[in-house]
Amino acid sequence: MSEVVIKNLSKSFDDNVVLDGISLKINEGENFVVFGRSGTGKSVLLKCIVRLMEPDAGEILIESQNVLTLSINKLNEIRKHIGFLFQGAALYDSMSVRENLAFPLIRNFNFSSKEIDIKIKNVLEKVSLLEAIDKMPAELSGGMKKRIGLARTIITEPRLILYDEPTTGLDPITSKEISQLIVELQKDLNTTSIIVTHDLICAKIIASHAVVLKDGKIRYEGNLDSLTSQDDPFLKDFFSNDIISESTPIRSGEVKDGSN
Amino acid sequence: METGTAAQKNNSIIGKRLAEFFNMIAGLTVFSLEFFKNVFLPPYEFGEVKKHMDELGVKTLPIVSVTGFIIGLVLAMQSQPVMAKFGAEAFLPGMVALSVVRELGPVITALIFAGRVSSGIGAELGSMRVTEQIDAMEVSAINPFKFLVVTRVLACTLILPMLTVYVIFLSVVGGYISIFLSQNINFVLYVHAVVHSVDFTDLVPGIAKTFFFGYIVGIVGAYKGYYTENGTVGVGRASTSSVVIASLLILLMDMVLGKITVSLWG
Ligand SMILES: Nc1ncnc2c1ncn2[C@@H]1O[C@H](COP(=O)(O)OP(=O)(O)OP(=O)(O)O)[C@@H](O)[C@H]1O
Ligand SMILES: [Mg+2]
Repeated sequence: MSEVVIKNLSKSFDDNVVLDGISLKINEGENFVVFGRSGTGKSVLLKCIVRLMEPDAGEILIESQNVLTLSINKLNEIRKHIGFLFQGAALYDSMSVRENLAFPLIRNFNFSSKEIDIKIKNVLEKVSLLEAIDKMPAELSGGMKKRIGLARTIITEPRLILYDEPTTGLDPITSKEISQLIVELQKDLNTTSIIVTHDLICAKIIASHAVVLKDGKIRYEGNLDSLTSQDDPFLKDFFSNDIISESTPIRSGEVKDGSN
Repeated sequence: METGTAAQKNNSIIGKRLAEFFNMIAGLTVFSLEFFKNVFLPPYEFGEVKKHMDELGVKTLPIVSVTGFIIGLVLAMQSQPVMAKFGAEAFLPGMVALSVVRELGPVITALIFAGRVSSGIGAELGSMRVTEQIDAMEVSAINPFKFLVVTRVLACTLILPMLTVYVIFLSVVGGYISIFLSQNINFVLYVHAVVHSVDFTDLVPGIAKTFFFGYIVGIVGAYKGYYTENGTVGVGRASTSSVVIASLLILLMDMVLGKITVSLWG
């Protein structure tokens, strides 16, 4: 049900053209990976999709509804079923981990407090942070924040999840676990995911489809394997280092020591 | 020619500042309208409002207590020789009470409240903005304006009048101590003089205006914080500028409301 179609999306900040007429189609149940160098507008793209930023032009259809022209109430109905993992986790610092996780459940759904409790424990187990349940965000490390952010994103079982660098700042093993978790969600709930990442190991585990952004446009679109074997010098350069040092361990399903 | 360009430059700076100021007033007006639009719409966040009121109370009670006491004490101490000169010492308790009820209590409490609270709200919402917590709320289909702004502004509006009543009470006590030390006046007599000189028409406008002051403190801090830009630098700026603007608006509002009160009751 959660198909996302983006047509001719453009966004500039003053004279800095960030997105320059991007069109994409993300199918239901797909794990759609977005690559691009730092500052190309990947985060901006994700924010435009959920209308945290107003694009200058273009259309965004989620479940065939144009997000950019919907009333705020209709938009919120859609947003209840969207998960968004922020690049900086964006945990509410005045609330404990438990309260952070309960917040979207209490506000948007009618669960009993017992059900909420079970869901919180469940989701914390998935990100292996059950022991952090009563901590405040300020007491967590960067990677822990990221994982709690992930837990808060998936706790409502969204139909569409946007991940902004889900594995950045995590050690290789946790990184792999998180990637597998994303795949699991997609299998169990048929979630559609858009994943922004620089992490090729993570992408190899997750991606069913990939795009590379450059200078506000789509440089490449297709599956990951053919992406890494392109002749385009930019793509070669972009993926070369990772491929030399990491392609072997990924295939055999283990992470080489010190590979990150 | 050089002076010409310097003058032009100065002009453009003043022009820019003025434009910024009027932009801010316009923005604040729109923000206020947004507040009134949201405040009457359910869901009502009573729990949040109460939580913020508790926090604000705890945060400001010590400083406000000391201030209240000192206002009364100093006012009586300073006025006593002047009143004695005119042979009007008997009016001292009434004078202290009237000044404190009509003007000093409400305004000084509000200014202190602005310093303590406006900056706090500015910094808190500002850091929520720059760390994308406000965006996170919005994307979870929760109205951040209602949850963060409306609750805080309401809490400020409701708590400041209570604090003011408390300050007025302490000032009157402070006044008594000062007068007692110099004239050894009986407490019952003092209270009697105070109650006699303070009228309903003094008390009501005095307390009523603090609702406006509380609203100003809340809305200015929230506005500055909610629209913070430029990362942590912006958070600092939001916090300081909200105190300056809130204090200024409180004094302006006091003038306007004072004028209205005078023309209503004389
Ligand atoms: N609120 C904003 N105001 C002005 N410019 C912005 C804003 N947000 C992003 N930009 C600009 O848009 C461009 C893209 O930013 P974005 O955060 O999307 O990059 P990114 O691809 O996510 O990079 P990274 O991989 O480092 O996270 C940058 O040049 C940035 O300066
Ligand atoms: Mg980014």
